[in-house]
Amino acid sequence: MKIQRHSAVFGLVAAGALLLSACGSDQNSAQGGASAGATSSVDVTCGGKQNLNAEGSSAQKTAIDTFVQVYQQRCAGQNVAYNPSGSGSGVKNFTGGQVDFGGSDSPLSAEKGEVAAAAERCEGNPAWNLPLVFGPVAISYKLEGVTDLTLTGELAAKIFNGGVKKWNDEAVKAANPSASLPDKDITVVYRSDESGTTDNFQKYLTAASNGAWTQEAGKAFKGGVGEGKEKSAGVAQAVAGVDGAVTYVEWSFAQDNNLSVAKIDNGSGAVELTPETVGKAIDGAKIKGEGNDLVLDLDSIYGSTEAGVYPLVLATYEIVCSKGYDAETAQAVKAFLTVAATDGQAGLTDAGYAPLPKAFQEKLLTAVKAIA
Amino acid sequence: MKDPVVAEHPADTGDTGVERGASAAPSASEAPIPPTQEAAAAKAPHVRPGDRIFRGLATGSGIFIVVLIGAIGLFLLLRAVPSLGLNNANFLTSREWSTGDVGNMRFGILDLLLVTVVSSAVALLIAMPIALGIALFLTQYAPRRLARPFAYVIDLLAAVPSIIFGLWGLLVLGPQLTPIAESLTSALGFIPIFAQGNVSIALSGTIFTASIVLAVMILPIITAVSREVFDRTPVTHVEGAIALGATKWEVVRTTVWPFGKAGYVSASMLGLGRALGETIALTIILSATAKTFGWSLFDGGATFASKIALAAPEFNDPRSAGAYIAAGLVLFLLTFLVNAAARAIVAGHKEYE
Repeated sequence: MKIQRHSAVFGLVAAGALLLSACGSDQNSAQGGASAGATSSVDVTCGGKQNLNAEGSSAQKTAIDTFVQVYQQRCAGQNVAYNPSGSGSGVKNFTGGQVDFGGSDSPLSAEKGEVAAAAERCEGNPAWNLPLVFGPVAISYKLEGVTDLTLTGELAAKIFNGGVKKWNDEAVKAANPSASLPDKDITVVYRSDESGTTDNFQKYLTAASNGAWTQEAGKAFKGGVGEGKEKSAGVAQAVAGVDGAVTYVEWSFAQDNNLSVAKIDNGSGAVELTPETVGKAIDGAKIKGEGNDLVLDLDSIYGSTEAGVYPLVLATYEIVCSKGYDAETAQAVKAFLTVAATDGQAGLTDAGYAPLPKAFQEKLLTAVKAIA
Repeated sequence: MKDPVVAEHPADTGDTGVERGASAAPSASEAPIPPTQEAAAAKAPHVRPGDRIFRGLATGSGIFIVVLIGAIGLFLLLRAVPSLGLNNANFLTSREWSTGDVGNMRFGILDLLLVTVVSSAVALLIAMPIALGIALFLTQYAPRRLARPFAYVIDLLAAVPSIIFGLWGLLVLGPQLTPIAESLTSALGFIPIFAQGNVSIALSGTIFTASIVLAVMILPIITAVSREVFDRTPVTHVEGAIALGATKWEVVRTTVWPFGKAGYVSASMLGLGRALGETIALTIILSATAKTFGWSLFDGGATFASKIALAAPEFNDPRSAGAYIAAGLVLFLLTFLVNAAARAIVAGHKEYE
């Protein structure tokens, strides 16, 4: 009697689980169909290790998903499993040898001993930081009657550290002379979890605010105002629900939640967030790594004063061994990264990322080819 | 949590079993063995293999769980101590939490402790009377035929994953609660616990929302245990009361309640333990804030568990991770105290022995 009832309950639960998983797979196949249109433009030597493992930054998860779909079309039977457990875990498990490459929002740090640990994992060869995925971060807001808002770095810093509390503050008015700004409190929403997005946003504010941001960077938000919500989905959903709220979030989340995106004025006029303006920012980036280790000098992006550049871009790296892989793994890693940097770029705009500009793409491909 | 009472009993007998086994080993005659077994033992002095194996397995399980808990405590302690040494703030009384710069870590658990305890206590306050009502209804009032399926539905609530409760709390319940919360703050705002909190009510990431969701989550535990306890009221007591002309309410008051009171309190403590440790639902619902907890239900903040969960994916330095583990250690001790209190209450009532 009791057993029968239990099994009925289990049956229900199992049926529910099936239903849910059915929904999940639907979406995947639809996405696969959409990106099938991309044409092959580069020679890829498929083969090698069939199932690559990777782990790290959740900010690049969707980009990696699109890359994997294209990779599977180009190289039948190959797969990459990417676990978006966070940059910290990605680096740890890469240096520990559990995954074939890591994804991280920041390059390996010599101070924390990550560079040395990675070299040990690569059998004495240096690991390279390859900035493959660029995600623009949108300063997103919801404000009734205002869909066109321009912020300078300094103004953004003041909003996010409490220096400007009202939407009709003189500072906001000065940057937006034509907008009719309501007398409303600014509700700042930030990421309550530790994240690379927060880190990069605060780095941007440090570089671009003329000293208005004194809180420095870090994975936890340090502005001291507003309230935190969990993950990108949480902040975007929160802003969508409250008039007068503002946050920083990856572009795709702003689009999905129909949030308005502020233009950024870096001193050379207001710049809208588009794939082109972001591409221009990436093109202007200086590389401070040596040789094929493409560590970016973020200040050259964040502090850019060039016209038409949208400077608030989150660069995420793939961390790979320059040498020291076994032949099978090296072949597969190279094939995957090559596909990702070329054919994989086509679907990125829809996923809320910025495709690589031509010159930068070539630098990346040179580095990928050199992996052995 | 399929059937908490069944789960509880082996634990009880397990405890005494270890004691008995231990005392039986040196001198068999002292052990409280029923006479038939004693006679059998006299005939055949050797212990049957089944007995030995079973005793070994039972003792082993008992020791295993104690060692496991000890190992968890030790792990927490070992990882926490180095970070506590690097802490530049008072760990117990500080309200700061900044561990990003490992050279200058300042962290204290006061706010975490208060938010954890207040949200769980409010949840308990909401859940206890409702669970009591459900348990009494199921055991005393509901027709047998209805009571069983009804009980299973309640148990099913315990099987809902906490992330579902979290999303429900944030997306469905939260917006519904906003007008209620707003009227509470405007009408009763002069009472500190209903005062305007440190987060926006419109976003509903308040302790108020969190506590209501927690209450729903712990309801099945308290209900299931209480129901089993009330069900065991000796039939003779109930019949005696009825024979003396007691009404249903009087039967409950004079026989069921005195008999089941301790079990009910113990069940509530079990629920409290669950509420204290709840993680995912609270990371989703509670709004983080840089301001300190001000004793209002409409404050935001973080509990021990949610604070750890929010930071865990980006742990990349054992020193900053150790700060969170130290917070986890405090939660471990807090839960231990709550459970010990529950045990003490049950132990005070010998009718369960």
